[in-house]
Order: sequence, then structure tokens, then C-alpha cells
Amino acid sequence: MNSSEIDVSKNQSDSEVVLRLRGITKVFGSLVANDDISLELKSGEVLALLGENGAGKTTLMNILFGHYVADSGSVEVFGKNIPEGSPHAAIEAGIGMVHQHFTLADNLSVLDNVMLGTESLWSLSSNRRSGRRHLEELGKRFGLEVQPHVRISELSIGERQRVEILKALYRKARILILDEPTAVLTPQETKDFFETLKKLVKGGLSLIFISHKMQEVLAISDRVAVLRDGSLVTEIKTAAASETELAHAMVGREIELPERKALEAGRSIFKLEDVTVSAGEGRPGLKEVSLNICAKEIVGIAGVSGNGQTALADLISGLAVPQSGIVELHGEIVRRFTPENMLRNKVGRIPEDRHTQGVIGDMSLAENSISECYREAQFSTFGWQNHRNRDRFAENVVSRFDVRGYNSKAPVRLLSGGNMQKLILGRVLSGNPQLILANQPGRGLDVGAVAYVHQQLLSARAEGAAILLISEDLEELLQIADRIAVIHRGQLSETFPRESISIAQLGLLMTGQQNFSTTNYPSAGNNAS
Amino acid sequence: MRLEARTNIPLGFMLLAPVLAVLASFMLCAGLVAWSGVPVLEAYGLLLQGALGSGFALAETLARTTPLIFTGLAAAVAFKSRFWNIGAEGQLYAGALIITVLGTGMLDLPQELMIPVLVICSAVAGALLLLGPVLLKLHFGVDEVVTTLLLNFIVILLVSLLLEGPLKDPMGLGWPQAEPVTEAAELPRLFRGLRLHSGLLLALLLAFIIWIVSIRTTLGYEMRAVGFNQKAARFAGMPVNRVMIMTALISGGIAGIAGYSEVAGMKGNLTLDLSPGFGYTGIVVAMLAQLHPLGVVISATFVASVFVGADAMSRSAGVPSYIADVMVSVSLLCMLVSVLLVRFRIRWS
Repeated sequence: MNSSEIDVSKNQSDSEVVLRLRGITKVFGSLVANDDISLELKSGEVLALLGENGAGKTTLMNILFGHYVADSGSVEVFGKNIPEGSPHAAIEAGIGMVHQHFTLADNLSVLDNVMLGTESLWSLSSNRRSGRRHLEELGKRFGLEVQPHVRISELSIGERQRVEILKALYRKARILILDEPTAVLTPQETKDFFETLKKLVKGGLSLIFISHKMQEVLAISDRVAVLRDGSLVTEIKTAAASETELAHAMVGREIELPERKALEAGRSIFKLEDVTVSAGEGRPGLKEVSLNICAKEIVGIAGVSGNGQTALADLISGLAVPQSGIVELHGEIVRRFTPENMLRNKVGRIPEDRHTQGVIGDMSLAENSISECYREAQFSTFGWQNHRNRDRFAENVVSRFDVRGYNSKAPVRLLSGGNMQKLILGRVLSGNPQLILANQPGRGLDVGAVAYVHQQLLSARAEGAAILLISEDLEELLQIADRIAVIHRGQLSETFPRESISIAQLGLLMTGQQNFSTTNYPSAGNNAS
Repeated sequence: MRLEARTNIPLGFMLLAPVLAVLASFMLCAGLVAWSGVPVLEAYGLLLQGALGSGFALAETLARTTPLIFTGLAAAVAFKSRFWNIGAEGQLYAGALIITVLGTGMLDLPQELMIPVLVICSAVAGALLLLGPVLLKLHFGVDEVVTTLLLNFIVILLVSLLLEGPLKDPMGLGWPQAEPVTEAAELPRLFRGLRLHSGLLLALLLAFIIWIVSIRTTLGYEMRAVGFNQKAARFAGMPVNRVMIMTALISGGIAGIAGYSEVAGMKGNLTLDLSPGFGYTGIVVAMLAQLHPLGVVISATFVASVFVGADAMSRSAGVPSYIADVMVSVSLLCMLVSVLLVRFRIRWS
């Protein structure tokens, strides 16, 4: 700590306030995203900002960082008001932000990314040598070593996050905002990341840690502020907080956790035998993957994103054609890989990206509700659409699946993420699918909506559907899957019954540290050695 | 300065936008008119008079509107599905060419049969011309903007070649023009002594049909879905390639009919100046209409009025008729700006 160049005296007086938000209010249309929020951040403190999706965490931080202008309220950093709506002023004042989605240029080196924007555009030369020295110094001090000349595209997600933090440090940030930093990390990476955070605090930084994961908040923070529906509902010392208390403050209502009944798996519905799917642009395919999913069971696929999940999902969606291997549906070999054929074979697909694949944002809810079955006789006679049946079908989906904010004419992109997912779920389940692909069905949804989605998947399972659940959220998998397999670099491990595997073991498999071939299941993963 | 998305845009505001855009463009062009030494209000008065001031003027304007409705629809249909057909000009000439081959004596049918047959033939010619670009796009990823644009020149040069050669009218005093179409092939005039012909009715009917197809039929549903979000349409199992091909055939077909309408309704025979860029102006018409089939009728009328009115203005006041091109272009720019302003609010900070 003595080596720290940052004002040491600030560290010693624990109570000094470095950042003060006063009465921040921001309204979008009819939605109050932030309602009169006042917060303080003390020097050398980790403040956790806890809240569901849509509670206003990101809006608040965007106001702080100058991306948005608040309707009222002020931001004070180190005792000085900073002008509104200027990220530049926020950086000058010593605020650094690590966004949930990284803002790095993939085709540039680490050093380039870090230095980008720190030098005048008018200067003819770039002082790379001193920049590099400074970067290495920072890396050493905070345990964030990276190789300055390596391109971003060659780095892992964890390393990219390190670069993002270094970028902020290089700009002399003394307050660091981390927006859902662990969302992209494996459990092991998260552990390392927390070590890094401790070093940053020792080095004199104050942190705001945004999350919706309770355990992480309890593990790393000194103080927790809970946001719900745009208002600050609780602010307490972490030491005095309990998980149930925080959960209640965050959600504000009782969430019924889906009930999971033990069921005997039925006959095999979907089978992959040594299936290889060639890699797409910049993403891995599948390498000799074998998998068997039976009726009345949920098989979970765990893995760090970008390890072949997309190829697997595309295969089942009918968007990718396998290079080799056998795909069987209901005991018959699949030969035509088109979305149409998959739908005809009673495959329901919940896509990973609701906006680009799930719905047609500019069309109405009713039009979207029939997008997979519009050719059926009830919706189309001789090419003429039956709007009455369509609207009746849509209303049925809306009421059965509790889609809120329904307006039959308005474009569906105006729906919230949770309601959009309910619409997709309704569309898929209305087709009575026998195989359901659920690719990240809970991503970006609040706790209530996630519980609802899980409930629906479980009841589909009870009715005899086979479900493949792809998720990066290990807790989600352990909650509702019957068996779990891990995907790593396009290879799939054997499946483990949920009772026999822990988060730590899954984490090791996800990073490829545990060899797949230790399995006693000879057909799967035999070339992982 | 930055843009903020507006939420809950009132319908009236959206309809007002084009009107304001047109007014703004007239105001912007006032400077140019004044520069040519004519009082602005007088010039605009002449323009209005020349476009809509008399039965004759109105008929001229509507005669000019007709091809623009066709080409505007051709662009609107294609653009709505995100297929960028810039080749309506070539498709128009392709339609005109087939009519010249068939309608100048080769086909001999009574008028009630002749007209529908020729309409279909011209549509097929335009559609076939666009089939190549759409197949190249779907199978090889060739950019349709390039192929359709370049095809325009190929077709026009082909027409030029044929007009100097096999299709040249022996009675044409050496001009590069084809023989006139037979009487049975002609689109009847709507009023004696006026150039306004029944092609206008055909254009209006077509606009109505396209609108109905777009909102009521399965094909229209697929076309809109593919245009809005091709990935989601493919994911939902829609035959994206087939929809694209259908879109191209419809778009090319409509542009082809424009060729028939011009040859058989307006000019009587095929010449190289059959279209003063109707194909390209159609794109402007479609954009002004925000790709709505019925909006195309209105915007085509507006664009035609400006052109016809500006001609009259230049004859009687000496303002160069090029002002029409400027005005139409400026109104398109104003339209784009006003659409932007309807969707976003400017925040100065």
C-alpha cells in the first residue's frame, strides 16, 4: 500500500466520501427508471448495487458516467459537482467504468486499446514506449498482467476483462464501476477476479459492484444498496445482511420457486451420435458429439459461452447441417435440416437472442404469435390470412402465458424482455413440442420471469417433452436439469446426474482443466485427451 | 447535440411530417428561384397553375404520375423486403421492348384480349430481368444494387442497338424509333384530346392490390417478415429464399408494366427517350411514401406535379426547369430529415 501513488491519506480516513449522488431521477416515457436516488461511496469501499434486471442499476450508473442526463439530481465526485452528460468529464474526475459488454476493439492490441483516446488526435507521434511502461507497471501493481502487444481477439473473456480494468486504471480512475462483471466468467475465474478486486481496493480505489447475484455481493462488498423498480429500498452493511433479507428487498414479493418432481425418464426422443458440425466464422462447431435425451427429462448443457453452444442450438433449430454423424428424432434419422422440418417434427425452439431470432420486432404481437404456424389451415386459406383466428390465437397465448403490456397493434419490440420471452414460450408450447430447445431462456430476465420460465419448462417436462437446456448459469442448470453435460471447445462431456456433480466440478470441466476422458463412458469425449 | 428516441408518437404527427417536409423544401428552393430573377411567389404560382390549374394541366400531371406509380410500387415492394432493386429503369425498357416485339403486328388479338396479354408479357419481361440478380444474390451473395444498376445500362444499350437495327421503323425518317403498336394494343385514352390514358387506372388498381396483398395475404406476411428481420423469419421456418424471389418477380413485373403503359398509352412507340429516368425517380417516390403502396400514389402525384409544374414555370417565367429536379431531391432530403425528427428528439447540450 505504501507504494501506492494515489493519495494515501484518503485511504486512512475510512469515512471520507468520494462520490455522492443526490436525488437522481430519470424518467423514460412512462417508466421511472430512477426515482430520487441518493447514494454515497466512501473511500476504499466496495459498494454493491443489487437489483433485478430493470431495477434501474444500469441507468443510474450511466447517469453517473455521463451517458445519460438525469432529469434532476446531481453527481459529486471528490467534493466537486461534475457536469451532466459528459463521459469525458466523468473520466477526468476519476471515474472508470467496466461495461457488461466489453468496449474493446478486437483487431487492435492490448496496448492500443488501452491508449486509445488518451492522446490528442492532433499530435503526430504516439508515445507508446511510456504508455507500455505505464501499463506494465499498473499490471504488476494490481496483479493484472497482460501482454501489451497481443491482439484482443486472441484473449480469453477473463483476460479481456482485465484489459477493461487496466483501461480505466490507465486513465487514472479512482472510482471503478463494474457492471455485472461476473456474468461472463466461470466460477474459477470469478474467484481470481475477486482477488483482483481486493488488490484494487488496497491500491486505493473505491468500487461500485453491480450485480444481481446475492452470494457474490455478500462475498465481496462492504455495503449493499438494493434497488427495486427505480427506487433505493435498502442500504446496509454487508456484515449485517442476510441472503433472505436481501432477496426480499430486491424482489419485493414472494417468488414461488418452481416445484420439481422426480420423474422417470421415458423413451428416447432425440439422439446425437458422433455428430460434427463445422465451425462458423470465428466460432467453434461441434466435434463428434453424442447425446441422448429422453421424454420427461431436462438435459442441461453447461459451458462458457462460445464453446459450441451456438452450433448445437443451430443444429436443433435446423439452421446448421451436420458434416458427419447421425441425428435421430423419435427414432428416425433426420435428413433435412431446415427450421421448417424441425417444426414439423415437433421441435420447439427458444432461441438465445430474443430480438434477432425470437421475434420480428416491428410486427405486432399477434403477427409474431403465429410466425411458426401461419401456414396452418386455421390461419391461412388459399394464401389469404384469417386475422380473426390469428387474433384469437394471440389472445389465448397472452392470457395463458401471462404476457403483460399487450397491445394488439403495437410493435412487439416495445414489450419488456420478460414478456417477450413469455410470448416466445407461448408460441413454442402452443405447438405441443416433444423436444424443446431452450437456449439461455433466463438471460436478462428478472427473478420472477425466470421462475415462470422454469415452471413452464418443468410442466412441459411433466407432460412428456424432452428438453435441452443450454445455459451459462450453473445454478439454473442445477435447479431444473435432470442431467448435465459440459461443452468445451465443441466437445461434450458425458452427462452427470444433477445429484452427483457440484458447481466446482462443473467449473473445472467448463475451463477444460478436468479431462473429459476420465469418464467411464467410452463413446463420449474419446478424443479429448 | 444528440438524438433521443421519442416514445409514443401520435399518428397525426407522423402524417404531418411529409407535409412539413414538402413545405420546407419549397422554402429552401425559394432562394434558387429568386436567384434566377423571378419573384418567388409568382414563380410558385405558375408552378401550381401549370401542374393543377386547368383540366389540361391536371391531365398532363396525371399522365406523368402513371409511370411513377408503377416504378414507385416496384421500388416499394422490393425495398420493403430489403431487396434493393435499383433496376426499375431497365425493367421498364425490358417491358417496353417485349411490347414492341409483340404489339407491332406479331400478335393479332381483339383489344379485350390483347391488352391483358400484353400486360402479362411486359410483366414477365421485367420479372425475368430481375430473376438473374436475385438468384445471384441468394446463391453467391452478389450485391443486387450493383447488378440491377448495371443491368439498366445493358438493357438501354440493347434497346438502342435494336432501334438502330431490326426494330427500326422504316417510316421513321431515320430516327431511332420503333414502329407504333397496333390499335388493339393501345391503352385507350380516358378523355378525348388529352394524353391521360387508362394506364393510370391500371396503376391505381395495382397499388390497391399490392396493399391488400401486403396486409392480408400469407405472402405479404412473409414478405414483411423477411424485410423486418430476415434472421427471425428464417428461424421461424419461413422460406426466405422463395419469398425473396417472389418479391423480385413482383417488383420487376410492376416495373415491366410501366414500360407497356408508356409505349401503349403515352408515346405509341418505343423510343430511346421513353423514360426520362422514371425508374430512378420511382425510388424517390417510394422513399417519400415510406414504402406504403397507397402512399406511393400520393407521392407519385406530388413528384409529377413538381415536374410538370416546373416545365410550365420555365416556359412562362424563364426559370430553368432543372429546378424541378432540385425540388424533388430537396423534398426527399427534407422527408428523410422529418422522418428522423418524428422518431427522435434533438437535445442540445
